[in-house]
Amino acid sequence: MKLKGWRELTPGAVILEAGNAVEFKTGSWRSFRPVWKEENCIQCLFCWLYCPDMAIKVKDGKREEFDYDYCKGCGICALECPGKKGNKAIIMVEEGK
Amino acid sequence: MAKIVAATGNEAVANALMQANPDVSAAYPITPATDIMQRFTSFVSNATVKTEMILVESEHSAMSACIGASAAGGRVMTATSSQGLALMWEMLFIASGLRLPIVMPVVNRALSAPLNIHGDHSDAMGARDTGWIQLWSENAQEAYDNTIQSFLIGEHMDIRLPVMVCLDGFIISHSIERIEYLEDAEVKNFIGEFRQLNPLLDIEHPVSYGPLILPDYYMEFRKAQDEVESKVFRVVLDVAKDFEKISGRKYGLFETYRLDDAEIGLVILNSAAGTSKDVIDEFRNRGIKAGLLKPRLYRPFPYNEIGEALKHLKAVCVLDRADAFGGSYGPLFIDISTSLYTYSKKPILINKIYGLGGRDYLPEHAELVLNELTEIAKTEKVKTIKEYIGVRG
Repeated sequence: MKLKGWRELTPGAVILEAGNAVEFKTGSWRSFRPVWKEENCIQCLFCWLYCPDMAIKVKDGKREEFDYDYCKGCGICALECPGKKGNKAIIMVEEGK
Repeated sequence: MAKIVAATGNEAVANALMQANPDVSAAYPITPATDIMQRFTSFVSNATVKTEMILVESEHSAMSACIGASAAGGRVMTATSSQGLALMWEMLFIASGLRLPIVMPVVNRALSAPLNIHGDHSDAMGARDTGWIQLWSENAQEAYDNTIQSFLIGEHMDIRLPVMVCLDGFIISHSIERIEYLEDAEVKNFIGEFRQLNPLLDIEHPVSYGPLILPDYYMEFRKAQDEVESKVFRVVLDVAKDFEKISGRKYGLFETYRLDDAEIGLVILNSAAGTSKDVIDEFRNRGIKAGLLKPRLYRPFPYNEIGEALKHLKAVCVLDRADAFGGSYGPLFIDISTSLYTYSKKPILINKIYGLGGRDYLPEHAELVLNELTEIAKTEKVKTIKEYIGVRG
């Protein structure tokens, strides 16, 4: 995205367009990446409920892959995940590994 | 038709604020500005104004509430002094950075410690680089006139900046003078309806105020704000021209008094300029070419215009009613020397610190300084560049 010059800015840094947070991809902040193990997932949707962003995609009542453009790797989903028979459906993996 | 009254500076400013009829005001009392808001709240209670008055628990909250109300889309004002202004410090930058045209009379008072409630410019001088426009007033009439003009200056669509109107604590705020009030309708018509710019309460067009701006954009916003400052001079002069049409009173970026052919001169702000003018007349009667320059628009500072007005003098004394500790010289002196530094031929400059904490500035002080300037103009020798006057040894 081309950065604007000082003449093109709104006075006082006021943001005029609603809902533009979607343009700001925050996934690059992540140092740990959640990995979804579908075989251990019971589709309880706790991860979707607890995610402080909207990084768990859900379609027809079922969770799908993470939205890594916005997931900051907080790990709340992995903590809350009940998994199946003691095996977590979400595990945190260090980025870069 | 003007109405002629006997009123104090605070009364005059409160009257101007009543005539401006702001949408919202949030205030906290502090001597010597208390009187302005006390009178204004009477106008609110009597329904003379439609203003929503918010009484808050501190000046920090007063300015915060003003910022919120201004961003919401209202015409907003408050008033303060000294410690109150100091407590607003953080929010002053937010008001100017968000480009909110809040009007705030500042009744100049010394800063603590030691605690002192009297006239002194330390408070407003401390806030001179906060991005607020500052208009300074010699007397109650100027304070009244500046208050009315400040709404038009700050609210101008090319500007959108908050404005402080400075007047000397007690000397002007609490002394009764002859004042000409404009008719309420005239002021209402002159100031006009408040025009909004991106108001928060326009729910059809939701906006967001106060975002985090990181290194990739912060400097561009600062550059844009610096550019706005350069447009203030023209707007101040345009507003002054229109104001002259309804009032008959002339205003500029600064006032000069017998300066055109002067060889020695004083530069001095606010009420002490009046005293100085009398002494300059006495010197003129004795054949000494003395003059005076009194800044009105102090921020942004009209460096070029003031440099041009002073460059022909032989010796100039800048009198400061505040010291800039560690800066070695008073704040006004620093600005005046900056105005002159580009000229190869310029007056010899000296700096006197006077009147701190309400210490009287007397005609004999002006006389002492003008005698010293006469000597400097003759010999081109300076004994001390900066000196406190009216102080016991």
